[in-house]
Amino acid sequence: MSAVLKPATEAELRGMIAAAQAPLEIIGSGARRHIGHPVQAAAVLDMSGFTGVIAYEPEELILDVHAGTRLSEIESMLGRRGQQLAFEPPDFSRLLGAAQSGSIGGLVASNLSGPRRIKAGAVRDHILGVHGVTGAGNVFKAGARVVKNVTGYDMPKLLTGSWGTLAALTSVILKVLPAPETEETVALSGLDDAQAVEAMSLAMQSACEVSAAACIPGEAVYLRLEGIAPSVAYRRDRLGKALRRPIEVMAAKSSAAKWQAIRDGAMFAENPGHPLWRVSVAPSDAPGMIRMLKDKLDIRYLLDWAGGLVWLEVPPSHDASAALVRSAFTAGHATLIRAPETTRAAIDVFQPQAPALAALTGRVKDAFDPRRILNPGRMYRGL
Amino acid sequence: MLTMPVPDESAIRRRAGIAAALRRIVPGEGVIEAPVEMRAFETDGLTAYRQMPLVVVLPETVAQVSAILRYAYENAIKVVPRGAGTSLSGGALPLADGILLGMARFNRVLEIDYANRCAVVQPGVTNLAITRAVEHKGFYYAPDPSSQIACTIGGNVAENSGGVHCLKYGLTANNVLGIEMVLVTGEVIRLGGKHLDSEGYDLLGVMTGSEGLLGVVTEVTVRILQKPETARAVLVGFPTSEDAGRCVADVISAGIIPGGMEMMDRPAIHAAEDFVHAGYPLDVEALLIVELDGPQAEVDHLIGRVSGIARANNSSTLRISTSEEERMLFWAGRKAAFPAVGRISPDYLCMDGTIPRKRLPEVLQGMAELSRIHRLRVANVFHAGDGNLHPLILFDANDADELDRAEKFGADILRLCVKVGGVLTGEHGVGIEKRDLMPEMFSEQDLAQQMRVKCAFDDKGLLNPGKVFPTLHRCAELGRMHVKGGALPFPEIPRF
Repeated sequence: MSAVLKPATEAELRGMIAAAQAPLEIIGSGARRHIGHPVQAAAVLDMSGFTGVIAYEPEELILDVHAGTRLSEIESMLGRRGQQLAFEPPDFSRLLGAAQSGSIGGLVASNLSGPRRIKAGAVRDHILGVHGVTGAGNVFKAGARVVKNVTGYDMPKLLTGSWGTLAALTSVILKVLPAPETEETVALSGLDDAQAVEAMSLAMQSACEVSAAACIPGEAVYLRLEGIAPSVAYRRDRLGKALRRPIEVMAAKSSAAKWQAIRDGAMFAENPGHPLWRVSVAPSDAPGMIRMLKDKLDIRYLLDWAGGLVWLEVPPSHDASAALVRSAFTAGHATLIRAPETTRAAIDVFQPQAPALAALTGRVKDAFDPRRILNPGRMYRGL
Repeated sequence: MLTMPVPDESAIRRRAGIAAALRRIVPGEGVIEAPVEMRAFETDGLTAYRQMPLVVVLPETVAQVSAILRYAYENAIKVVPRGAGTSLSGGALPLADGILLGMARFNRVLEIDYANRCAVVQPGVTNLAITRAVEHKGFYYAPDPSSQIACTIGGNVAENSGGVHCLKYGLTANNVLGIEMVLVTGEVIRLGGKHLDSEGYDLLGVMTGSEGLLGVVTEVTVRILQKPETARAVLVGFPTSEDAGRCVADVISAGIIPGGMEMMDRPAIHAAEDFVHAGYPLDVEALLIVELDGPQAEVDHLIGRVSGIARANNSSTLRISTSEEERMLFWAGRKAAFPAVGRISPDYLCMDGTIPRKRLPEVLQGMAELSRIHRLRVANVFHAGDGNLHPLILFDANDADELDRAEKFGADILRLCVKVGGVLTGEHGVGIEKRDLMPEMFSEQDLAQQMRVKCAFDDKGLLNPGKVFPTLHRCAELGRMHVKGGALPFPEIPRF
C-alpha cells in the first residue's frame, strides 16, 4: 500500500508536490478513482483536507468552495436556496462501487455531466475559477467570482476534465443557477433506435425547451420539461403536437426518479463485471453505430443527450472490445467508464488522439507538470 | 500611450523577400504590400492605435494557412491573425514586423445540420450571417455581440465574445462545439466537432478567448438554437442605482434568468433618449430593461413577477411592452447607446470590466469621483444580469492630454473593478488595451502559468506578441522556473 500525504494547507500541498521524487495519485474522496488507467504512484495525495464553503452568494450565482468538499453537501446547501449545479452532476457510486458521490474537485477534474448537458452545458460551462498547485509546485489561480470573464486564457476550462494530471486543485468557483420549480416527463413508446433519435431530434429542434432527452431501448423515449408550472403544461401540449405520436406524461416525482436513474447509469449497476463505455457522438450517428455493434456483440445500451451520449455495456473480455467500439463511429470519443484494473491497464481508456493533437496535449502537460508527478498515465500513456 | 515590443529590424529589412515567399503560397491578389492598400488594416475597433503591418496575406484555403504559418515559424516571423478587425481591445492591431493574416476570405457556410442542431462555417463568416443562414427554419446563433453585423465567428472564438443575451444563453465558449485550427508549426488539428465534450484536455476551451495567441481557427462548428417563441420587455426607471441593483438581485434570487437585463445610468439615458427618442424617463438615476423570452405562457407569467419585484424595489416608472414594436423601441435606446454617446463627444473609450453585482453602487460612486479627478465625463451601460460594466469615457482624441487622461481614467476604473472582486474584461478581451493592467489581477506566478500554456502552443512566441501579456518571456526561461536537470525523474517507477 502506498503512503498517504494529506496536506491541510496550500503551503503544505505546495511543499509536498515540490518535494515529491515519485508520482502522486490525487484523491478527493476516491469516488471516481477507478476511471482511467491505474496510476502507478509512490504515494496518494489525499485532498480531503480541503473542505468547506469559501463563499456562496445565491444572488450573484456563484459558489466558491474548497475542492475536497462533498458534492452531496453542496447540493443540499444549494437546494435550500432553490439553486443547483445546472449540469446535473451524476452519482456513479453504485456503478463504480464507491461509498458516496464524491468531492466537487473530483467532479471538476472529471468533467462528467448528466442529462441536462444538452441544454445547460457541461461542468466546463459552469467553472469560473480555480486555485491549485501545478505538478511543478507552482501555486496559481485563474478566473474570479464573477459569471462573465475573459481575462487571460480560460485556465479553469483547461483544468476541468484534466483528471488531476495538471494540477492539484484546492478550490473551485462555479456558476450556480436557479433550480426549476417543477418538472414533467413526456414518454413515447414503441420506437426503434432510429425513430427514437429522430423523435428526440424533433423535440430538441422545437421551441419547447426540452431539458433532457433519453431513450431506454425496449422501454421508452423520455423528454423532460422543466420550469414554472404554467410553462411546463403549455410546452407539454406543444411538444405532444410537434411529435405527432401518442405520449404519456410522468408527473414530477416519477420524472425525477427516472432522470436520476438515467443520470447515474443505474441500469448498468447490476452487471458490475461488464465493461461500460460512454461514447460521445453526433446524435444522428448513434443508431448506425449501435446497429453495427449489435451485429457483433451482445450489448446493453442507453441513449442520453438526445442520442449524443451512448452508454454501452459490453460482455466481459480482456480488452473491453475497445477496437470494435471505436471502429463503430468516425467522429466522437469513447471513454471506458468501468472495467477491471487489468483491462484499464491494457487498453486506451480515453479516446486516442491524432499525432499532432497528442503532441500538443503532451506539451500542455509539460506546461504544468514537466516531471510527470501528478496522476501520470491516468489519461494517456506517458502523460 | 501603450507601447509595443520593439520591432525586429531584420524582419523589416527582409520585407520584400517575405512578401515574395507569401505570394508563392497565395498567388494572385492575396498578398498586399502597397501602403495605400494596407491602410485598411492598420487599426481595429480600438482606433486610437494604428500601425501598418509588414505585409498582409489573405489566404483562401487551409493548406495556404498552414503553409503561411510553417513559413513564418521556420523563418521566425511574427503573425497577427485578423477576422473583421472589430476588436475593441486592440487584439488585431498589426505589428510593424509581423505578417497580418486576414481570414476574411474564409466566408462560406459549409453545412447546416438541423438534426444535430449545429452549423459548420468558415471563420470569416459574420456572426449575424450564421443566424441569417438558419432563421428561415426558426433557428439562430445565440451570442450576439453588438458588432454582430460585421464581426466574424473566427474573431468571436478568439475573443470569446458575449452580448446582451449571454446570461441565459452563454458566451461564445458555451456555443461552439468544435473547431479546426492550424498551429504555428503549420500542423492542422481538430478540437471537438458535432459531438459534445473533449476526449482529452479541453483545448477548445483554452483556444476560445485566446486572442489569436495560440493558433489560427480555420473552421467552426456552432450550436444553433430554436428561436424563443416570444419575447417581452419591461422598462423600469429607478430613483437610485441602489434600487435598480437590488431589483436585479431580487429577480435572480426569485429564480428568474431573463433573456437580457440591461441597466443605463443617467448620462447614458439622456444621450440615448436625445438620439432615438425611445420614450425613456429622464428624471431617473437608473433605467433597467428586463427582457423575458421563451414560451408565451412563461413570458406572460414572469413579466408579472418581474414587474412586482421592480415595484417592491421603489421603481418610479414601469412600462411593459405590449407589442413587438414597443419591445424594439425599449431596446432602440440601449442599442444606440454607443453612437448616442458618440454624438455628444468627439471620441469615447468603451471599457469592459465585470464586478460582483452587489458592488455596483460603490463602483458607480467611485467612477463619479474618478470622473472629477480626470476631468472627463463618463456614461454607463451595464449588462446588469452578469455584472459586466461598459463605462464610456468621453474625450477628444485631437487633444493629446485628453486621450492620456481618458486612458488613465479607464485604467483606474478597471483597477476599481478588480479591487471589488471583479475582473479586467468581461467580453472585449485584454488585447493591448488592458495588457499592462494584467498584474492588477494576476500574480507573477499566475501569469507565468498562462505563459507556459502559450509556450505549449507557440514556443517561439510568434503569434500576436505584444497582446495580453505585459512582458514577453522566452519559453526556456519560463521552463527553468521549474525543470531541474532536464531528466525525467524516478526511472525506477514502472510505466505502461
